[in-house]
Amino acid sequence: MIPVIEIEVSQHDWMTTQQFTDIIAIAGMSPGPIAANSAILVGYSTAGIYGAIVSALGILLPAILLVIVVGTFFIKLHHLPVVRSMFYGLRPIVTSLVIYASVSFALSNNMISKTLSWQTASLLLVFGLSLFALLKLRWHPAYVIILSGLVGVVLYS
Amino acid sequence: MKERWILLFQLFWTFFKIGPASFGGGFAMIPLIEKEVVEKRKWLKSEDVTDVFALSQSVPGAIAINSATFIGQRIYGIKGAIAAMIGVSLPTFIIVLTLGTLYFFIQDNPKIEAAFVSIRASIVAIIAYAAIKTAKTAIVDKSTLVLMVIGVPALFFIHPVIAILAGALIGMITISIKRKLGYIIEMDNKEKMDYENELEYYMGEGI
Repeated sequence: MIPVIEIEVSQHDWMTTQQFTDIIAIAGMSPGPIAANSAILVGYSTAGIYGAIVSALGILLPAILLVIVVGTFFIKLHHLPVVRSMFYGLRPIVTSLVIYASVSFALSNNMISKTLSWQTASLLLVFGLSLFALLKLRWHPAYVIILSGLVGVVLYS
Repeated sequence: MKERWILLFQLFWTFFKIGPASFGGGFAMIPLIEKEVVEKRKWLKSEDVTDVFALSQSVPGAIAINSATFIGQRIYGIKGAIAAMIGVSLPTFIIVLTLGTLYFFIQDNPKIEAAFVSIRASIVAIIAYAAIKTAKTAIVDKSTLVLMVIGVPALFFIHPVIAILAGALIGMITISIKRKLGYIIEMDNKEKMDYENELEYYMGEGI
């Protein structure tokens, strides 16, 4: 969901990708799904408390409609070969979408550049260590964000 | 009539208490839902809850919200679904807004700015992690791998919704061609079916 929100947000000029990255950080530190939290914060920063409420409803409504639809008849369709072959092609595209999001976030946060400055190198190191903590040490994203923040205070202030 | 409202309020309140536990992903909620919905209230059986989590994973959206909505629906139809969904979302909504407001106040502080330089790199890592998680269930053979690799540059030019629809279409075409050629096709990843192993920890969810 994050990549789709990112594209919509920049198309509407609501905020820059960098500001949106900060929003995801706040969303990741709160309980609940990161994408839904980001949507609430995008709404809040563009249109105040009403923006937040409208965004929350916007992101929850499809979920509740789907649950009602799925609860009634999709369960039976789920094992149909046609539905399964659609998912067969759909899932890889969802993966490319998430990869695309990480590339565009990396670009807008100066993590990819032709010249290797100290800043870029240190950011790549933070990226590598964070990924290691998530994948191998199975840390919770909220801990990764908080620890990374402390590292940032030491390194960049 | 009055009992109906009491039941709806109980649904709301149960999920309101569980909501804050959905930190970063819905799976932390499972033991709490078991305890509240199965043991304490005796609304559902343990097997039903397992079914609900399997279903919640198969529809788009966050597991925390989906499973609360499904359970609400099982217990008291559409009204139950709405009560449970509001219950599970409200605490999160309040917490995320509080943190957000706090951030908008202090974002210009040099120390906070420095912290966020590093945090942004970690966010890219969290998204990359989600990509790895998704790839594990999506990439089952060479065709799906090729589709994924082509998809990334393509997304710089086309809208994600169109890309997803195109993916579904390509999936249908690929499967029918493969079937005509007489290949045996594995459409799902076997590991993915074993979702219960993932229940203990799954953080890519909701990204």
